[in-house]
Amino acid sequence: MWLPRSTVGLEQGRAAAQGRPYKKNSMALTDLTACGLRDALREGRTSSREATDACLAAIERLNPTLRAFLSVDADAARRCADEMDRRRTAREPLGLLAGIPVAVKDNLCTAGGQPTTCASRILGSWRAPYDAHVVERLRAEGAVIVGKTNLDEFAMGSSTENSAFGATRNPWDTERVPGGSSGGSAAAVAARMVPLALGSDTGGSIRQPAALCGVVGLKPTYGRVSRLGLVAFASSLDQIGPFGRTVADAALLLQATAGHDPRDSTSVPEKDQPVPDYLAALDKPVLPLRIGVPREFFGAGLDPEVETVVRAALAVYERLGAGLVEVSLPHSTDLAIATYYIVATSEASSNLARYDGVHYGYRSSGYSDMIDMYMRSRAQGFGDEVKRRIMLGTYALSAGYYDAYYKKALRVRRLIRRDFEEAFRRVDCIMGPTSPTAAFRLGQRTADPLAMYLSDVYTVSANLAGIAGASLPCGFTRAGLPVGLQILSDVFTEDKLLRIARMYERETDWTGRAPPMAAEGAA
Amino acid sequence: MSAPELFPTIGLEVHMHLATRTKLFCSCAVEYEAPPNSRVCPVCLGMPGVLPVMNEKAVELALRMALALNCTIPDLAKWDRKHYYYPDLPKNYQISEYDKPLGVGGSLDIETPQGPRRVGILRVHLEEDAGKLMHAEGGGNYSVVDLNRTGTPLLEIVSEPDIHSAEESRAYGEALRQLAVYLGVGGCNMQLGQMRFEPNVSLRIGADAAGRPRYTPISEIKNLNSFRSLERAVAFEIARHREEFEADPDGYTLEKLGKSTRGWRDQEGVSFLQRSKEEAHDYRYFPEPDLVPFVPDRKRVEELRKTVPELPEKRRRRFITEYGLPEYDAGVLTADRAVADFYESVAALAKDSKAASNWMMQDVMRVLNEQKLGIAELPLSPEGLAELIGLVAAGTINRITAAGVFAKMIATRKTAAEIVREENLSQVADSGAIEAFVDAALAANPKTAQDYRGGKKAALGRLMGEAMKASGGKANPQLVKDILTRKLGG
Repeated sequence: MWLPRSTVGLEQGRAAAQGRPYKKNSMALTDLTACGLRDALREGRTSSREATDACLAAIERLNPTLRAFLSVDADAARRCADEMDRRRTAREPLGLLAGIPVAVKDNLCTAGGQPTTCASRILGSWRAPYDAHVVERLRAEGAVIVGKTNLDEFAMGSSTENSAFGATRNPWDTERVPGGSSGGSAAAVAARMVPLALGSDTGGSIRQPAALCGVVGLKPTYGRVSRLGLVAFASSLDQIGPFGRTVADAALLLQATAGHDPRDSTSVPEKDQPVPDYLAALDKPVLPLRIGVPREFFGAGLDPEVETVVRAALAVYERLGAGLVEVSLPHSTDLAIATYYIVATSEASSNLARYDGVHYGYRSSGYSDMIDMYMRSRAQGFGDEVKRRIMLGTYALSAGYYDAYYKKALRVRRLIRRDFEEAFRRVDCIMGPTSPTAAFRLGQRTADPLAMYLSDVYTVSANLAGIAGASLPCGFTRAGLPVGLQILSDVFTEDKLLRIARMYERETDWTGRAPPMAAEGAA
Repeated sequence: MSAPELFPTIGLEVHMHLATRTKLFCSCAVEYEAPPNSRVCPVCLGMPGVLPVMNEKAVELALRMALALNCTIPDLAKWDRKHYYYPDLPKNYQISEYDKPLGVGGSLDIETPQGPRRVGILRVHLEEDAGKLMHAEGGGNYSVVDLNRTGTPLLEIVSEPDIHSAEESRAYGEALRQLAVYLGVGGCNMQLGQMRFEPNVSLRIGADAAGRPRYTPISEIKNLNSFRSLERAVAFEIARHREEFEADPDGYTLEKLGKSTRGWRDQEGVSFLQRSKEEAHDYRYFPEPDLVPFVPDRKRVEELRKTVPELPEKRRRRFITEYGLPEYDAGVLTADRAVADFYESVAALAKDSKAASNWMMQDVMRVLNEQKLGIAELPLSPEGLAELIGLVAAGTINRITAAGVFAKMIATRKTAAEIVREENLSQVADSGAIEAFVDAALAANPKTAQDYRGGKKAALGRLMGEAMKASGGKANPQLVKDILTRKLGG
């Protein structure tokens, strides 16, 4: 009694025709968006337990293929769902996400015994003794945390192939990568294993997998969401953000997680930047709307098919009355990649120094002395890409090289910020492709780190500038792979960004499309 | 050719623990004597995902010290990470301040055996301390680590190379300690390792042909934790540099050998090489991205400046000029801020700075020393002592009786007036009564009276003592003396 009768009937009919038992439409429940599920729960059309069971069933069916989740705590999820159902029945106060299943990237700390691995062997059997701020927020808002999603080790990568526990696959084509590093979260939402997931974005790690998996992903302004409990990769660039299948779902999850946290000194006080109601005005178009189209985002290296799809999306906005303005971000592609890989690796080399086998995590056996223990533990505990970045960063910070690399990178970073400041004086937002290509094949770029790094060519500048950015599904390649439209907006204008995204979403139906494998179980 | 003159040039790095209740970046209590690893949390254990939050009190205390050292407070201070691997540092980096410290360019005036000196302060900055590593006893192949001290706030004060002897090094260290305690910035308990010294020693070697000074290599001696070891280590280094230079005047120079790091074996009284220039650490400093730079609020800094009390050295000089105290007394009374405050209250209340200093120097300091008390713990208020001084001044009791009253005040916490009344200690100032005591004394000691009259003036004292004894010690001594002299001479 949770969907329009017609749909229920259809599903029952299908099941009957195929001679299989009709199982409470559990798979079709997963087709609901988070906002849709929220309404269904409010109206008593379903329970959180039913929705959670449906998600757990989808995970059980799809995860062996996709490897989107590294761990699932079904018991805890069901207990939480039952508790939310009890509260709802008892008419007790309910949070923003009461009873809604959510997945959490496995670089976000969760207390209570569930592992937090960062997809690395170095953390060994370590368990986080505390919840990340965003996890606290999720629990406070009544979310049902079903499990932890796969990622590139320590969020370092653009394909989720750098996971020590196996690569995640793209639900649209399992021979292809889901993007990264939040590939597990993106794939989980795209494959309808969960309606919502949290990821982290250091150079595109939410937006690029969102594009490659055909979902909505948003990287908030630096300082909008507390980083406490996000295992640091590059502290000055990392930001936690939502994945959803629709703009409204992303807005809902952002609402639940944004806001000041005194435990993160870089989180912005709400007296300076109050958190707006992202859902209230979502359907109100931003008009007049001036869209900046940077010529640097349409240069060499951009797949022509992706360009065609993105230009078509821009045409939709023009039809809606928006003006397209050519802008220039001279420091924001090639220079941004170089700058990013100096700043990010430098910070990473420092942040990852603590994994040494002494106090917690993996310690190698058979060492001869302390230095040998450090070296063996780190050599065995880290994967190749993490080691590569630690070495790059260590080099960049070394005496005699600091000025030439790190200090210069900081200067370019200021220039990139200025590029955007100047652009945002003329336009409301900047649009272009999220990624230069659609999902690539597993193994295609693993031998060539530079080719892999260029996957982030359009996304890293937003992290360097600290501005907000999102990726929105805007069509498919001829091979049926999703393409993402990147929308960038000035700091603390997520509300405007979401409204701009929503204008396009209303005109198209991309966000409603499911990868075939997600529907197979239900069909 | 005569050997060039060698002139010790010493700069001192001093680390002191700040008197905060909690650690620098988390809310763990600063109690490193607690059971090992009982004052720790994910933040100071450097667990994945944690972030530091700056302790505002620590910043305030650091600013206070910087202001007292006449430092400039720059418009922006920032935090940096200093990297090195060691098991007592769970993050394998220390949060410190590299190129933008909280305070720069100050000075401290010190007293040395050679007279007053001004030592320049290069910088004052805040950083976190590491834990304690203890190697297994009996040759065990492991070490244990206690992280209670990890993340506790440390102030590092770096002097200019303005110090020129072992004695001056010690005097500077002691002056810093006194200042920190005076300001309430740190407890500076030497036994608890709350203050540590790292002198940088080099000798200036005359000048080269172009008139530029040359130096012997700089040696930095790590982790000295007493004034005694500081003084001995510097003296040892100066002598060692001298010997090394005389053995190889061309090779033993800063130009050729740079800077080395040395340890100190206190029992043997020798330093030993830890790291030469080639082995110097690359700390890979870079700005701490988890903390926002500190932009001092100018108004707050000015308010803080106003709360910096008069410093010991300045106060000592004022005590000499304003109260006419001898140098030594002024030094004793200003060594501790609470004692100095107590003294000034008593002097003002009793309107007699001389009597107040006599009481402080003789009676109060003796009780403090004997009972090992701080003045705050003494069961006596400035008002109480001033009252006692007033009773002596008014002639109600004499100075000897007053000393007894003072002891009773400490023992019973009663006021001087109460004790004098209850024990009927008021001096007898009635000349009739005193005449009777004198007569009794003369009658009982005719021989002594005769001696006096015969020219033995010392006999007067004996007769006075007898008269006082007859009065039970309560007679006004001056009156006794007057009456006695009159009767003997009359």
